[in-house]
Parts: sequence; C-alpha cells; structure tokens
Amino acid sequence: MKTSMSRRDFLKGSLAATGLTIAVSVSPLGYRLVNASQAKGALKGFKPNVWYEITPNNIVTTVIGSSEMGQGAHTALSMIIADELEADWKQVRVKQGPAAKEYINPHPTLQLQITVQSSSVRMFYEPLRKAAAAGRVMLVKAAAARWGVAESECEASKGTVTHKKSSRKSTYGELCLEAAKLKVPQDAPLKKEADFRYIGKPMARLDTPAKVKGTAVYGLDVSVPDMHYAVFARPPAYGAKPVSFDEKAALQVKGVVKVVPAPMGIAVCAKSLDAAWKGRKALDAKWDKGILPQMDNDFIEKTLMEELDKPGSKAMEKGDANKALEGAAKKIKSTYYVPYVAHTLMEPINCTAYVRKDQCDVWAPTQGQTVAQLVAGEVSGLPPEKVNIHTTYMGCGLGRRATPDFVAEAAIASKVTGKPVKVVWTREEDIKQDRFRSATCQRVEAGLDGQGQLIGWYHKAVAGSIMKDIAPQAIKDGVDIMSLWGLVDVPVSPDGNRILYEVPNLCIEFLISGLPMPVDPWRSVQNGPNAFVTECFIDEVAHAAGKDPLQFRLALLKESKGAQRVLQVAADKAGWGKPLPKGQGRGIAQHHCFGTDVAAVAEVSVNEKDGHIKVNRMVLAVDCGLAVNPDGVEAQIQGGVINALSTALKEEVRFANGGVKSANFNDYDVLRMSEVPDIEVHLVKGNDKMGGIGEPGVPPTAPAVANAFFNATGVRIRRIPLTSKVVLEALKKT
Amino acid sequence: MISLNVNGKVYKADVPADASLLWVLRDYLKLTGTKYGCGIGECGACTVHVNGKAERSCGMTVGEVKGKKITTIEGLPDDNPVKRAWIKEQVVQCGYCQPGIIMQVAALVSQKPTPSADQIISKMDDVICRCGTYPRIKKGIKTAVQMARKEGK
Repeated sequence: MKTSMSRRDFLKGSLAATGLTIAVSVSPLGYRLVNASQAKGALKGFKPNVWYEITPNNIVTTVIGSSEMGQGAHTALSMIIADELEADWKQVRVKQGPAAKEYINPHPTLQLQITVQSSSVRMFYEPLRKAAAAGRVMLVKAAAARWGVAESECEASKGTVTHKKSSRKSTYGELCLEAAKLKVPQDAPLKKEADFRYIGKPMARLDTPAKVKGTAVYGLDVSVPDMHYAVFARPPAYGAKPVSFDEKAALQVKGVVKVVPAPMGIAVCAKSLDAAWKGRKALDAKWDKGILPQMDNDFIEKTLMEELDKPGSKAMEKGDANKALEGAAKKIKSTYYVPYVAHTLMEPINCTAYVRKDQCDVWAPTQGQTVAQLVAGEVSGLPPEKVNIHTTYMGCGLGRRATPDFVAEAAIASKVTGKPVKVVWTREEDIKQDRFRSATCQRVEAGLDGQGQLIGWYHKAVAGSIMKDIAPQAIKDGVDIMSLWGLVDVPVSPDGNRILYEVPNLCIEFLISGLPMPVDPWRSVQNGPNAFVTECFIDEVAHAAGKDPLQFRLALLKESKGAQRVLQVAADKAGWGKPLPKGQGRGIAQHHCFGTDVAAVAEVSVNEKDGHIKVNRMVLAVDCGLAVNPDGVEAQIQGGVINALSTALKEEVRFANGGVKSANFNDYDVLRMSEVPDIEVHLVKGNDKMGGIGEPGVPPTAPAVANAFFNATGVRIRRIPLTSKVVLEALKKT
Repeated sequence: MISLNVNGKVYKADVPADASLLWVLRDYLKLTGTKYGCGIGECGACTVHVNGKAERSCGMTVGEVKGKKITTIEGLPDDNPVKRAWIKEQVVQCGYCQPGIIMQVAALVSQKPTPSADQIISKMDDVICRCGTYPRIKKGIKTAVQMARKEGK
C-alpha cells in the first residue's frame, strides 16, 4: 500500500530522509515556494499544496493531494512535475498525500481538499510547473557549485545535470542533498511547450502495475491491528424510525461486541464481518412505514410533474421571454423527464476509523479529505487537525465519495467500541441507501419568428437539491445552483455553465423538489440531465424551424468558438449528412462544462418490432485545451460516454413502499460489454485555457442518442432510459 | 479449521465450512486482490480460478473448494499474457473490477486451442466495469490472445 502520512509524519520523514523537498503554496493571492527540507517552521502560514521529493537513491516521489479514483490524476500531475523538473520518468514514484490545508483545491468554488469538478489537472498545472521548475534550477545550481563552473554551462535533462565542456554528470539523487541547502527561487523560468518531454504525450499510468497485480489497496482492503467491523441495520423507507430491535439476540452472536443506535441506523459491531452480518440478522430490526409509504416510481413522476406547475424561483433572466413567446410565429413546448440513477461504484461504500482520546485515524476511499476531517473530528470530539486521513485507492468515485457520511459511520462505531472499526456496506445497502443523481422534470418553451429565428426560450426545472445536505447556506432564494449546472452560470466559477445558444429572450426558473431521497453529484453533476433536456429540445426547435440540427446549432453559437469547433469536428468525423440504411439514425449534441467543449454524434439502429435500440457508434470531439495525458483523456471521455449510455438505455432506480426497491445488479442493471459501441475520441486543441476531462463525456451522450432515435424513427422520446418498453409505447402512439 | 490450497500454498483458517470463499480469501488470508462487488455473481469482481476454471468466489463456500487448487489475482504470474496485455493497453482506471476481469479472461485465454478474441469478448457480458474501460478491455483481450498464440501459452 502506498501509505499516506499525516503532515507531521511527512515533515519529520522528509527532514530525516534528507533530500530535496519542494512545497508549493497556493492561495487565491498566488503561490509561493518554500524549501521544506530547510525548516519545519518555515512552512507556517503558507499553504504548500503538492509536493515532490528527491532522495539520494535517485527516486523522485511525487506526493499528490488529489484522490485517485481511476481518473488518472496521480499520473497526470506527476507528469507535470516530472516534465518541468526534467526528471527521468522511470525514476518517478507517486504517493497519496495526507489531508492538509496545503492541498486545498484552488478552484474558486471549492477551496477544500477535494477531488471533484474535473479540476485536479487544470487547477494544479501552473503551480506544479512553478514548483518543479524551482527544483530544476536548484539542482543545476548545486551541480555548478560542485564543479565550480557557471550555471549557464550546465544543463538538466532526464534526471541528470551535465556540464558538457568537461563531460561531467551528476544524477538528481547525487545532487539532492546539496540542492536542499539552497534557497528556493520564486521565479524559476518555465520550459517552452515545444520542449515538453512528457506533457502532451500518451503516458502509461503509474498505478497500472499495482492494480494489475492485485496489490493496490482500496478502502475495503484496509487492515489495521485489532480491527473490528461494523454494519448498520438501516431504514427500509425514507424517514422510517425503528419500532423494535433485539439487542440481546444480536449480542449473543459470537463475535458481536456492541449494538448502538445511531442517526443513520443501528450499528452492530463485531470482531469479524461475518459476525457483524449475523448479528444484524439476529437484531431483527423492525421499522415503521416512514414518511411516504405510498411512494413508488409512478408517485415520484407524478409528484415532479405537479411540482413543475408550482411557482419556482427565477435563476436567470435575459430580455422578456414571455413577451417573445406571446409574439412568436411558431411555438414549441415540451416536457422532459430524467429518473433517479444510482452510482453503483464497483467498490461499495466503506470506511475504517480509529478514534482515540487525542487523535483519530481514518482510512477512507474519499474524494474529500477536508470534509472527512471535519466530520470525523466532530464525531470524535477532536479538532480537525487531530484527524489523520489516509486516502486509499477507490473503486470509482463519480462524486459519491465526496460526501462523508461513511466517515461519520466509521468514527461512530470506533468511538463506541474503542477499537479501529471498518464499516462495510453490502451492494444492497450501497444501492438502497445511495445518494442518487437527482431525477428532474423540465418544461421548455421556445418561440420562432417568421424567419425561423429563435427569439424566446422559457425553461422551468424541478430537481432535488444537492446543496440541501452539504451546504444549505449556498441555496439562494430557492435556487440550488448545482442543480442548474449546464443551464445557468455559477458566480465566481471559471468553468462556464450556462446554455450557450444565443437567444435574445431567455428565462430559467427552478424549484427544489420536496421528494425525500438524498441526492449527490454523479459524474458531471446535473450537467447530464440538463444537457439531455436542452440538447433534445434544441433538436426539436431545429426540426420545427425546418433546419438541419447541426446548422441550426452553429447559427446560434456565433460567440462560442469552442462549441462550434467541436460540433464541426464531430460532424465531419461521423460523416454528418451521409445517408444511413433504413432503421438507423444519427443524432448530434454539444455541451460546455468544466471549461471543456464537447460534442457527440451517435449512430443507432432501432428495431421497431421489439423496441430495442442499439448504439452502433459514438463520435466525440473534445476541446480541453492542452491535454496533459492524451491517453488518459481518451479513457476518461470513453468512460463518461459509457456511463451516460448506461443512463440513456438502462438505468432507473425502482422505488416501492416509500423506499428503494432496486437492490443489486440483477435488478439495477448497468451497461455491459456487448452494448458498448465503438467510441471515437477526437481531440481538438483550440481553447487556450485548460478544461476538465473526467466528466464532460457524459452530458452530450444521452441527447445524441435520443436525437438519433428521432432521426431513425421520426418519433421524439422525451425521457430516459430508452428501454424497449418506452420505445414501443412511443412508437405505438404515432 | 479449514485447509485451503491457494496460489500453491496451503493456508489454514478457523472458519466454518459454509463460510464464503471470497471473504475467507480477503479477511482471513489477506489476499485482498479478489474483490467484493455484488455478492450474487452478477459483476465478476470476485472471480478466481478453481482448478483452472473461472469461478465467482462470492457464491462458493470454503467447503466446496476443499482439495481444489485456487488461484487468485496474486497467484497469476506477472508474465501471464493477460496481465501483460492489460499493462500494454493501459486498460485500468480505478482498477477495482480488473482483478476479476483479468482472471476471467486468463481462464478463457488459457483454453486449448486458444479461442479468438471475439469468442472471448462474447463471454464478457457477466462482468461489470463502472469506469467504462470496456473499449480497452476489448483491446486487452485482443492483445492477450495474440501474445498467447505467439508464445504457445
């Protein structure tokens, strides 16, 4: 296991190991570099963010504060350091960093140590280059001093400093102790992009070998001495309270040591996982019916539709949409529905914690170290800095692991037992207790003038609130801006979240749904559902205007060069306009999120007899500016497309009796291998600024498929998933 | 006390015969490369070899595998064509499902005569990767089959 260390241990370790350690401190005001090898005190008051260390054994160890959940941040960030440092990639190792203020994500909407919003690479690119350049300059300086020559005559390249005139060479390992004694330059010159050695090249991931060998340690694999286990009996319906439970029977199970009622359920703590499960069974907890016992999928959809008719809050307004619609020559009005979907991360939710009087250790597959510290601190009664977070590898994240509910559970179980305790969720708990991607119901109305120009757009959305549980203070006048990503810009965010289409009169209204299920970010957050609505609707409007969907979009994106470029590339690569055989169709969609422009063309076959849709091909065009690791970018876009295809074709959480009916992969199926089409990813380098890449593959995918279905059949389906049942019903209606 | 032959070693574990093979491997033998994903044989994350055949360890008891040879991801040699192909094609993302998928593919690739890549791919609908590495898994399978054929493995 790549053990993460507390910051204090790390400092002690790096001082003792005596090597060159550079810290970079990022704050909204800029960043400063300090030589962490010099003195511990020197770090105070700074926020060193990402570190690397060169040791006399000639190894460069990068210590990355971002979590690695498969998105490749550990590798891409290490590439940035290695390139600017002129390190030899073969000598680079990566370590997960601890929780510390110094690792705070500088994204203006975050300011926490958190790996979300496709932000790691784009946020740390510049500071890491500066930090690495400083080290390179110091190593050259150390070599020049050693040889008594001018620095300008020495060159750093692939982990070695060379003095050409005298043919002398020293490795970074040989120079690191001398370099460690030097002052860190604040403005070391950066390499020219043309001289990049690793950045921009497809590089192998640093974590692949351990993951292929089976030695990579995930949260569920953590083992600490005297570790106990805890499982929770959990309410089967929303708001259900325990009516009875047999504590005595549970305690009679061999190995069970404690039964504790807690806000999220009744914890059964035991010496083994098996005993904990047996104890939970013996506990035989009975619950009341909860707050909405009649709730099932029909009830949910009906509720959301009714809520759509209630007054909402204006999230944005430009011109006068109502007036424009009143005077429009042609009006188009549609209602869309996207259901709740689950995360089903392959590694079910889990966490290990050890609460003691003076400190607490948490071993967590977490995307959010700062919030994990806060929560564990609150439970254990310790200040956050006494909580050491050991971030493990995680079996996918998709946003679910940024919420620290599982950290609280482990801390509670450890506190009451006095033991290190691992909390394990079964797959059934993972689905039933998930914090879903919110369902949404949206109504959109557009007006065209006599020339077929789009003159007005009124958009009303109802969805669950993510902020309600994690940051209620961020909800302003009934608007949870996170639910509106993809529709409305977020103040202070550089990412760009609004609808890009140039409409002179636009109004967007929003209402937080009163339904009780907790919701969380789910890869691209609500960009996914919101882009489904917007991109299907613009297709409808194009059709109503008698225009080609690509040309209609391009004409409304005059100010958005990035969107234009990706649309054009995706269309060209897919052969837009070329005829397809009967029963097949082609659809297009674009979206801008996390600073990245992305467009998708889907090609589908529709079997009108059995209602089956087969996606034959997906063509993606992506402009994220500089792609640090193009191989990783391709993998991330493909992954996002596959997640989104899964929601487009299959995923919908089933509810019954006021709770969740779906339980496992046999009744909550996700996309399987034979259902995955060829996915082409074309990188378009047009944007100057770097955009995120983990999430943008999701939003344009589902609408491209739905638009392709329309192209194939002439029938609009305004909901996902496009199951055989849904397709047959829609075809029957026409 | 149960005796298990895993990766060529004999392990003893103080568990009942009806204990789950998956959890005994993970929690008692500390062979955590084999993963828990669903517990009902729907996802393939827990796949191991029992006498050379790919099996879901979540659905087996330790009693059922008594006297049989079990291989886990840790016991599959590093030079196995599937492991090498997975590195060459950079298949993994989060990597959690991959040990099970590698074990399933390795069992299929080791059949004689070596099946075609398409034959193997057609038998992969019973595994789940949530990161969406399927396109790379397909590439990995093609490369592994090529390697196996070339090397006669």
